[in-house]
Amino acid sequence: MKVTAQPSADTLTLLLDGELDASSAIVLDTELAKPDILNYRKVLIDCAKLSYISSAGLGVFISHLQRFQDANVKLVFFNMQEKVFNVFEILGLDALMTIVPSLTEAEAA
Amino acid sequence: MKSALRIACSRAHLQQVRDFVRNYLNTRPLSEVMVNQVVLAVDEVVANFIIHANGEDETQFLDLTLAFDKQDLNVEIADNGDTIFLPGPTASPDFHAYIQQGRKGGMGMTLVNRLMDRVEFFTRGNHTVCHLSKHLA
Repeated sequence: MKVTAQPSADTLTLLLDGELDASSAIVLDTELAKPDILNYRKVLIDCAKLSYISSAGLGVFISHLQRFQDANVKLVFFNMQEKVFNVFEILGLDALMTIVPSLTEAEAA
Repeated sequence: MKSALRIACSRAHLQQVRDFVRNYLNTRPLSEVMVNQVVLAVDEVVANFIIHANGEDETQFLDLTLAFDKQDLNVEIADNGDTIFLPGPTASPDFHAYIQQGRKGGMGMTLVNRLMDRVEFFTRGNHTVCHLSKHLA
């Protein structure tokens, strides 16, 4: 699992590459736990190369959501593969998180 | 055709488990979503055995067996450790509470129960065994 951060003015884009499981979730957790992430208005999660997510990966996002909301940082997922979106859907997390098809929609969200 | 894998109880082996299940299922014309659902269910149970039942003790091991009976996939995951691990009934996660609490865990077995047609944990001697099955048409 590789996480690449691309900061711009008020937006941080994180590109996820690989499989997010109980072994690799710590990599993402470390990135999302950085204090300066709360200085951005938006955190965009580019899921184009995210080929797998388990409950451990979902748990990382859930565990930071309140902290982001309290700091008025919007978390938006985009470019999600169907099989990964299906996992969010099965748990009903697609209704609680902002998941959009493309970067254009993520920037507008 | 049956396929078997033995792994030590380290979460570093989860990738190997997923590749094993994917390779087995990819011999059949199944959708990517369907394959991923089974891979995820097996990964969740194996991760629970590794982390919660065996405390990531790499001297312990798990045996996985996959077998098709016509269109039904049957999975056995046998824990060779001596800790009996029998997850109780799972309630639907209250995600609003999870978000407020910053909670990371508590979804794995819910996923397994929603992904598979049958989920059973039982004891064999002083070991725990999990059987999963799903009709894959």
